Amino acid sequence: MAIIKLSESKLEELRNVCKSFNNEKGELINVLHKAQGIFGYLPAEVQEVIAKELNISVAHVYGVVTFYSFFTMLPKGEHPVSICLGTACYVRGAEKVIEEFKRILNVNVGETTPDGKFSLACLRCVGACGLAPVVLVGDKVYGRVAPDGVKDIIAEYAK
Amino acid sequence: METIKLNIDNKVVEVAKGTTILKAAKEAGIHIPTLCYLHLEDLNIENKPAGCRICVVEVEGRRNLAPACVTECMEGMVVNTHNIRVLNSRKTVLELILSDHPTDCLICAKNGTCDLQSMAQEFGIRKIHYEGEMSTYREDTSPAIIRDIDKCIMCRRCEMMCNEVQTVGVLSAVNRGFMSVVAPAFERNLDHSECTYCGQCVAVCPTGALTEVDHTNNVIRALADPTKTVIVQTAPAVRAALGEEFGMEAGTLVTGKLAAALRRLGFNFVFDTDFAADLTIMEEGTELLDRLGRFLGGDKTVPLPMLTSCCPGWVSFFEHQFPEMRDIPSTARSPQQMFGAIAKTYFADKIGVKRENLVVVSIMPCLAKKYECQRDEFGTDGNPDVDFSISTRELAHLIKQSNIDFDSLPDEDFDNPLGESTGAAVIFGTTGGVIEAACRTASELYTGKKLEKIDFMELRGMEYIREATIDFDGLPLKIGIAHGLGNARKLLQDIKDGKSQFHAIEIMACPGGCIGGGGQPLHHGNSSIIKARQKAIYREDAGKVIRKSHENPFIVKLYEEFLGKPLSERSHHLLHTHYFDKSKDITIQ
Repeated sequence: MAIIKLSESKLEELRNVCKSFNNEKGELINVLHKAQGIFGYLPAEVQEVIAKELNISVAHVYGVVTFYSFFTMLPKGEHPVSICLGTACYVRGAEKVIEEFKRILNVNVGETTPDGKFSLACLRCVGACGLAPVVLVGDKVYGRVAPDGVKDIIAEYAK
Repeated sequence: METIKLNIDNKVVEVAKGTTILKAAKEAGIHIPTLCYLHLEDLNIENKPAGCRICVVEVEGRRNLAPACVTECMEGMVVNTHNIRVLNSRKTVLELILSDHPTDCLICAKNGTCDLQSMAQEFGIRKIHYEGEMSTYREDTSPAIIRDIDKCIMCRRCEMMCNEVQTVGVLSAVNRGFMSVVAPAFERNLDHSECTYCGQCVAVCPTGALTEVDHTNNVIRALADPTKTVIVQTAPAVRAALGEEFGMEAGTLVTGKLAAALRRLGFNFVFDTDFAADLTIMEEGTELLDRLGRFLGGDKTVPLPMLTSCCPGWVSFFEHQFPEMRDIPSTARSPQQMFGAIAKTYFADKIGVKRENLVVVSIMPCLAKKYECQRDEFGTDGNPDVDFSISTRELAHLIKQSNIDFDSLPDEDFDNPLGESTGAAVIFGTTGGVIEAACRTASELYTGKKLEKIDFMELRGMEYIREATIDFDGLPLKIGIAHGLGNARKLLQDIKDGKSQFHAIEIMACPGGCIGGGGQPLHHGNSSIIKARQKAIYREDAGKVIRKSHENPFIVKLYEEFLGKPLSERSHHLLHTHYFDKSKDITIQ
C-alpha cells in the first residue's frame, strides 16, 4: 500500500473531529463519516489516527470501514462520476450508461482513473426520477443520459 | 439468590435467575451441542456471539427456535432440546456451514482434533445437500502461525481472545456478508501486524483455520544428518500436558517418559529448559537485587518495578504497545534463549563440536517461541542459538510417527550438564512460578539466611491479577502478578500513570501461564484441564530434592567454569538482551 503523506493541518482537523465526539469509541461511525468529508476517502493512515484517538484497534476501525459501502479507502477523482441505479434510472437503461463510462474511462465501478481525473461510483436515487437516467459529475446533474451522450460529458471535464 | 423453575426435555430444572438455557441444561445433565460458544469458566473467558446457531432449541410458545447459549431461562419455560424440528434445523445449519468448508479433512492439520469434524461425525452427516460458491482467501504464513481462512467458520473465538482477553487487537471481522473474514487491519499478513504470536487464537480455533507452523520435518531432517549433533531442551509446562496427547488424564506428569521418548527419537543429548530456567533466576534475581540495592541506596532513576522477561509473547506486546517502557523489563533472556546461547558456546566447546554442526531443538508449550528463536539478536553470524522450536502437539506427532509406544516407556533422566534442574525451575510453567522461583533465590542471597518455608503460597493461584508482599528479613518486597496480556496491560498502564507500588511484576501472556500456552494439547473449552496441569507442576516441584535455583550444582559449576558470576560481562553478552520500539508511526508531513 502506498504511503500517503497527510498534511498536519488536516490531521489536526481530524483530531479535533475526534475530540468533538469526546474520543468515544461508540462514535466511530460518526467520526469516520466526518473524516471521509475531510479527506474524501479513508486511507490507512487516517484509520490509524482514528484508532489511536478513540483508543480502539486499527483492525476494528478497518472492520467497520469495510462493512459499510458508504466508506471508501480509494481516493475519489477530481471529478467524481456517480450513476443513479434507482428503480426509475435502472429501467430506463442506467446500466448501459455505466458500461459506457467503464469502457471510455477504462475503470470499474469504485475505481479512479490513473491520472486521478475521474472516479466512477453508483448511487441510489437522487430524487430526480423524471430525468432518468441520471448522472452526477461532482454536484452537477445530467438528465436523460443515453450511452452515446457519455462521450460528451467526459469531454467537458477532460481538459 | 432468586431462582426460577423451567422444564427442559420433560425434566423440571431449578436455576438462578439469569441462567442461559445452555447452562441450565448442562446442570440437568443435558449436553446441547455448541460450535462458536466457548466458556473457560476458571479463567472467566466467554465467547457467545450466537453466530453458528448449532445450539438452537425449541421453546414452547416461541415462533422461532432459540439459541440456547444466549437465551435466558424464564419461569415456567418449556424447552425441547432434541425434537425432530430441532434436530433437522441443527443438521441444516451444520450442512450449510460444511457447504462452504473444504473437505480435505484427511490432510488437514486439525484432522482428529477439529470440533467441526467431530460434530459432523456425531450428527451422522453423510452428504452435503447444498452446493454453491465457496469463499476463498489467500493463505497467510507468519513465523509461528498459519491462517487458512478458507477453513474459518466465523465463530469469532480468535477475535474474542485477541481483543478482549489479550487486548492485542490484531484480529477483526472485516468486509461484509459472504466476503467477510477475520483478518488483521488492512488485511495485512500477521507478520505485518502487532501480533505477539501468543497463539491463544490457535488454542481456541475449532477448525484448521488457525494452526502453528510445523517444524517437525526440520527436526526429522536434522536427526537424520550424520554431520550434526542434535540436542533437545524441553520446557517445564510440556511434562504436565504431553500425556494428554496419549490419552492420559489431564495433570499426569510424564517427565521420565518424555526424556525416554526424546532419547528414542535419536537426540544425541536430552536436556531440559529447566536448567536454563535456573540460570534465568540467577541472572534475573541478581538483577532485581541490584536494582533494589541501588534504589534503596537513594538512586531514584532505577527502573522499578522490574518486569519479568521470559515470555516472548509478552516481550512483543510491550515492544509494540508500550515501547517507551522498554527499559523496565529485566534484560535477562528467556530460558529457551539462555539455553541456546550456553549450548552453542560452553557445551559445544565441551564436546568439541563446531557451532554450525550443533542443532538445538526446543520443545515448547508456546507458539511465540517459534518467533523468538528466529529473532536476529539471538544468533551468531546467521546461525541461530536455537534452530527449531516445536510445540507439545508437534512433539506428540513426532513420537507417534516414530513408532514409540509412549505408555510403555520407562522413566528416564535428562542428560548432564544441561539437564539438571530444581523445583524452582519447574514452576516456571505456571502463572506465579517465575516470581516464586526468583523470591526463593533472591531472598536467600539478600538475607544470607536459609528460607524456613520454600513454598510462597501467597504467590500462587489462578486469579488474573494477584499481589503479595514478601518479607525479605525486614524489607517488604511488593510483588505483582498478571497472566493474560489484557491484565498485563492494566499493570503496565498503572506504571505509566505512576500509580504502581510494586518492586517486581511477573507477566505471562497466556491465561494460566505456559501450561495454557498456544502450543499445548487443545483444551476444547475445558478449563479444568489447565488447572490440573497447574497442580501437576506444583507436584513436580514438591517432589524435587533441590528446590532453589542457586543450589543447582551444575549451575554453580557453569558459573565457576565459564560465566564467572551473574551479570558478569560474559553473562551480559550471552544471557541478556535489549528490546526494540516496534510501534509504527504514521508519516506526517
